[in-house]
Amino acid sequence: MNRKVIIIGSGPAGLTAALYTARANLNPLVFEGNQPGGQLTITTDVENYPGFPEGIMGPELMEKFRTQATRFGAECHFKHVTKVDFNTRPFKVWVGNDTFTSDSIIIATGASAKMLGLESEKELMGYGVSACATCDGFFFKDKKVLIVGGGDTAMEEATYLTKFASEVKIVHRRDEFRASKIMVERAMNNDKISVIWNSSIKEIMGSKENGVHGVLLENSKDKSTVEEKCDGVFMAIGHKPNTDLFADILDSDNTGYLITKEGSTATNIDGVYACGDVQDHLYRQAVTAAGSGCMSAIDAERYLEAL
Amino acid sequence: MSENVKELTLENFNSEVIESDTPVLVDFWAEWCGPCRVIAPVVDEIATEYLQKVKVGKLNVDNHNQVASQYGVRSIPALLIFKNGAVANQIVGAVPKNKITEILDSVI
Repeated sequence: MNRKVIIIGSGPAGLTAALYTARANLNPLVFEGNQPGGQLTITTDVENYPGFPEGIMGPELMEKFRTQATRFGAECHFKHVTKVDFNTRPFKVWVGNDTFTSDSIIIATGASAKMLGLESEKELMGYGVSACATCDGFFFKDKKVLIVGGGDTAMEEATYLTKFASEVKIVHRRDEFRASKIMVERAMNNDKISVIWNSSIKEIMGSKENGVHGVLLENSKDKSTVEEKCDGVFMAIGHKPNTDLFADILDSDNTGYLITKEGSTATNIDGVYACGDVQDHLYRQAVTAAGSGCMSAIDAERYLEAL
Repeated sequence: MSENVKELTLENFNSEVIESDTPVLVDFWAEWCGPCRVIAPVVDEIATEYLQKVKVGKLNVDNHNQVASQYGVRSIPALLIFKNGAVANQIVGAVPKNKITEILDSVI
């Protein structure tokens, strides 16, 4: 069955687009991807989403988004899109061997934590290497952990990790943090936190069976290397947009973010819209993602009316 | 939790998992874990679809962290597949159902 709208992604942008298109009787099909609910599902308290004066847990907020969208007929599937073809009409979307077609597409695939790009890091992901302190910190009770990065996320996660770990060391490649002053102060006032400046990780040592036992650090100034013992490594070196599916199909900037026409969510292909973090490296908030999801829904609705 | 899913504890882990005649899929989870909520209904479905072939159990890591650390679980959700008392394969993180059944089929 050809659809009017397929939405790829299920964070605040995707589910807001689903809500609006469902209420417009467009019967949207949502492919939720590998992380249904998006990045908020790996956070704890969300204190800056308007309408929740006491704050709300990220996963709970996203369940509410989903319930609200499905109440009006959005169909959400825990499936990951593997290929797209926007050169034909209707557009084609694949989930493994299954093909789906649609008159319009809303892309809300968001962003994911950046990794260092080491083989050992990939190998040990989930076995002592993590990109989510709130998810995995629990497993490092009374252990020593490293956190890599120098931004607000690194400070926040370092502070969070002290709830469990006996010692937290921040590994930063430069000699100053780009994090906000208040976040740096909060981290630096914590006795369990210290900093290894001007250093980057060259290798992570460990095994799936026994976890991580150390890293090889390189000093960025004199290139000297030193081994640092630790039980876990947490990455907080920023985010990258999830745009692999659309490489060579949609216009993106030099960091991979999809480019949308100013004042709209239109991409370079008529009928394909992008919203949320996948096209926003400036604000990256749940509420701005939701706002642009709404814009995409209205853009798609108008496009479909004119067909 | 589906009636086909067994609640596992430190006390019953040996009898239900290690000594089981059929392979066992164990879902390590916690209340505070968002991705665990995502995968819970999928695990329920698998329990029903693989009834008789695979036993499915859930272990709360907050209550039974000893078991989690014994098997080196450092990230959840973690799905460990036990066969003849040993870990035959494992899946870390919330992944779509077909990924889980693919790996499960290769083990059983």
